[in-house]
Amino acid sequence: MRLQIPLAIILIMGLFTIVTSFVPAKPIADLNQTFRNWYIGIITFFIFLGTFNLVRVNGERIKTKARDWQYSIILIAALGVMLFAGFFKGRASLDEGSPFMYLYFNVQFPLEATMYSLLAFFVTSASFRAFRARNTQALVLLLAAVLIMLGRVPVGTSIWKGFPDVTEWIMSYPNAAAKRGIRLGIDLGLISMALRMILGIERSYMQ
Amino acid sequence: MMLGAWTLMASLLLCALPVLAQDMAPAEDAAPQDSLDRALTQLLNQIVPGEILSAPEKVSLEDTPSDAGTSIDVAWHISASESIIPGSVVKYHVMRAESPDSEFVRVGTVPAGTASYSDDGTEPGKPYWYKVKAVGVDSETASEACGPGYSRMQWFDRNRWNVLVFTLLTCFLVIIFIEIAKRSKGETFLRRLPVFDAIDEAIGRATEMGKDVLYIMGGLDVDDPQTVASMNILARVAERTASYGTKLNIPCIWPMAMSMARETVKESYLRMGRPDEYNEDDIYYLTTDQFGYVAGVDGIMMRDRPAANFYLGAFYAESLVFAETGYATGAIQIAGTAEIDQLPFFVVACDYTLIGEELYAAGASLSGDPIQMGSIRGQDAAKAIFFVLIVVGVILKLAGIDAIEEWLSIG
Repeated sequence: MRLQIPLAIILIMGLFTIVTSFVPAKPIADLNQTFRNWYIGIITFFIFLGTFNLVRVNGERIKTKARDWQYSIILIAALGVMLFAGFFKGRASLDEGSPFMYLYFNVQFPLEATMYSLLAFFVTSASFRAFRARNTQALVLLLAAVLIMLGRVPVGTSIWKGFPDVTEWIMSYPNAAAKRGIRLGIDLGLISMALRMILGIERSYMQ
Repeated sequence: MMLGAWTLMASLLLCALPVLAQDMAPAEDAAPQDSLDRALTQLLNQIVPGEILSAPEKVSLEDTPSDAGTSIDVAWHISASESIIPGSVVKYHVMRAESPDSEFVRVGTVPAGTASYSDDGTEPGKPYWYKVKAVGVDSETASEACGPGYSRMQWFDRNRWNVLVFTLLTCFLVIIFIEIAKRSKGETFLRRLPVFDAIDEAIGRATEMGKDVLYIMGGLDVDDPQTVASMNILARVAERTASYGTKLNIPCIWPMAMSMARETVKESYLRMGRPDEYNEDDIYYLTTDQFGYVAGVDGIMMRDRPAANFYLGAFYAESLVFAETGYATGAIQIAGTAEIDQLPFFVVACDYTLIGEELYAAGASLSGDPIQMGSIRGQDAAKAIFFVLIVVGVILKLAGIDAIEEWLSIG
């Protein structure tokens, strides 16, 4: 039973998901929405579980003075401050100028923006490696990249007005063809994996 | 609509007569066309849009096809005022009532020039009447009431019948090849991707160096197929780490994915007869915030310097940050995603990359189970059929025949 019940649930829910793709009827749509609502409810519960796990794991690190345990103090303190700021004024915490929104816009948001802006440096270092013309294929990649870049910056148009058209052609034909080929494979792979799971062939998550 | 148009034209001509008479008299030496143009310009300048706004006409109702029975398509001919004097109508209000005599309530608004609206707030089988109101700058005119219109529930989406056919065909092929694999008793051949050998190599290297293996499941929760595919690969990776006695470090972005990963890894350790090696705290939650998670994982990479990094699942802007940080730490990096736009970043910065469908096939391939590998052969057979269809479709299209293109179109 420990094996059959989860497999039966996966089979029923898998088939139901397929049915919802082709049957627009209201009873099916309503049932689908009900399942989605259940999922949202479960996610909410899991957020509590995740927070509990975060506190437990980091509390343990502080308790045992594991390596870099000081970071765990900062993490738990930051979590506590944000929780307090969020619950302190109830729904009014989301109002402009509240302590929660102040912390969000002046601490969390700039920190996230900083992490995101690191991408600019990483793109540069990755491009440097990718665009080394070590063989014919790398040379083609380099040429395509140079043409696309020239077509998308004002200086490219100043050099030759045809660069944007060349860029458009590369993006619309060779690039789109490659992407569609990959997309087709992805969708077929998805169907195959879904079938393996629905039929209970792929069940690495259980004994 | 024609009646409205004629009324408007007649009004225009009546207004125009004195202007035309005045204007045409001294114009003996000017071209008659110029005089007419001047007269019409003067005439149009005199028109106040609100004074002669005509109502939309020929309002028609139709059940929205292939829906849950909660929508009616309303169509009309645009106001004649708008046809003759663009700008005279600003927008159209779509009004609905449950009987022709009851009050009509606005259910939607569309900009001028639009001649249709889908009212998706109806109940199946209930009669509705509609009016369309043309709204000008300072006046409005409603059409005659049209009805009753009914929305009806459909049990099959006819726009997707071709998707159903190909889904069934693919499923049929996959099942056929699974059955063939069952009967061939472990002789299913599948070309082995170099990345599968690299997984063993990477975990072996981490074991030799006495360092961790870092596994990232992507940025989406377990409702995304890529996360599920990642979980299937995680099971195989965990079997290897259990065998080698290497620590598997899994920071999670979603608590539910964390729970599922824990169960998956636990089962793998049990399968390999090493339940004592399993440590629940190696699989932990960080944050659901995208860049907070990136900061956390980057910190782990820089502090712990894992020898092997796995990035398998759905990735977005974080892909390159992970891959470049991992590259800087000198780890062997194996990535895989079905997010096409992120693939180039992984290809550049990682040692091996599972491209698109390989992510979904990897779990089955790594298992070595001939039945699971049979399903991948079925998928390849479906791909061959699609390939032939695409080639034939392109040839027919070049010959001016759109049959296959139309057949494969959705909606």
